[in-house]
Amino acid sequence: MPLRADASAPKTVRLPRFSRAERWIHRTTAVLMGTCVVTAACLYLPQLAELVGRRELVVRIHEWAGIALPVPVLAGLASRAFRADLGRLNRFGAHDRRWLRAALRRDRRHASRPADKFNAGQKIYAAWIAGASLVMLGTGLLMWFTHLTPLMWRTSATFVHDWLALTIGVVLAGHIGMALADPEARRGLRTGAVDREWAEREHPLWRP
Amino acid sequence: MNPEQPADPPDEPPAQGKPIGRRVLLGTLGLGALGVLTAPTLQRGLEAFLGNAADKDPTGLTGLLPNGGGFRYYSVTSSVPHKSAEDYRLTVDGLVHRPTTYTLADLRKLPQTRLVKDVQCVTGWRVPGTPFEGVRLSRLLDAVGVRPQGRAVRFTCFDGAYTESLTLDQARRSDVLVALRMQDKDLGHSHGGPVRLYVAPMYFYKSAKWLSGITVTDEVRPGYWEERGYDVDAWVGRSNGRDDAPTS
Repeated sequence: MPLRADASAPKTVRLPRFSRAERWIHRTTAVLMGTCVVTAACLYLPQLAELVGRRELVVRIHEWAGIALPVPVLAGLASRAFRADLGRLNRFGAHDRRWLRAALRRDRRHASRPADKFNAGQKIYAAWIAGASLVMLGTGLLMWFTHLTPLMWRTSATFVHDWLALTIGVVLAGHIGMALADPEARRGLRTGAVDREWAEREHPLWRP
Repeated sequence: MNPEQPADPPDEPPAQGKPIGRRVLLGTLGLGALGVLTAPTLQRGLEAFLGNAADKDPTGLTGLLPNGGGFRYYSVTSSVPHKSAEDYRLTVDGLVHRPTTYTLADLRKLPQTRLVKDVQCVTGWRVPGTPFEGVRLSRLLDAVGVRPQGRAVRFTCFDGAYTESLTLDQARRSDVLVALRMQDKDLGHSHGGPVRLYVAPMYFYKSAKWLSGITVTDEVRPGYWEERGYDVDAWVGRSNGRDDAPTS
């Protein structure tokens, strides 16, 4: 991977997209979420459970990774750039409606998918995964501290935790799959800067 | 979604627009809470549906879904040694008159009892109508002769870590077996074979897998999961904060 930080002779123009703080928020959240998913698989899938065993230890790791999952985002609120991006993720304009309609029609032309710094799909994903993680945290705590809650809550929490885990697994696979298909988007999160051509193509309304 | 928006302004500042992101987040939280509230109803429906689907599913994929039916493998150690008919031994000792070691062949020669009941795990899954077959624990206890000081029974396993226990009264129940067969097949290793405990009226963690030792003691000593918060008297539907239908 050639480093383009060399300021003397930049071949292409790089636009700043993510600050150092934002990149670390994404990295640490990804590691914690990955830990949750891998330990969950070892607890849940019979073949993996048979291979790994050590149920008590795996449960402990899963619980603490889950508790820590919101920490990077909460700590990140100290960063002005991160707060600004949260605002961008929150607000939906008319171009987002067009983007969503095109996505539903499977219209892949760039002209019919206008996007600001984040496209509508990224905005929906961010909001949903944040909400889903909080539901997992809440139901997980109900399952963890079993003697503190009424008996019916625990079975119900397990039910929601199991099915939402499956849903998150599918959605997360989509998130990772789309990242794998777009090297420049990944470079943006690794180095903090993106190619100008890529930005004009994928995020035409973005004014960095 | 937002019909009052002007059509496609080319340069919309990010601070404007509707806060849909927040609504999606709060909506997800709300759905999660609603899911917890309606879970008992949803779960009954799904269990019935998936139970039927699993019967007709040649791929076995439904078994991987939550409440999809079937057993799940839990072990507290990283690996469990395999024991065959040749090297398997079950020792019965402690406060007894005649400490005895049984081979698999010895156990097979004793009268066998077959029970068909539901299996209920404390984590929620239930497997209906599962046949277990083996020697009544009460028969082994009578054979070795429990001394008057004996009040409880402790079980140890050849995985080297798991332990369980019952009071003597619980251990003498007719629905407590030293099981050699499950689902009308010899017990496989992943189900705790060649020999496991089967305590029909209690949550399945009481039915210790890979049983290797039965020791009569003067008091109940909490087992592996019980030292980590589970109830010692684990009656299905009357312990561990659960209200499942009794299994025996």
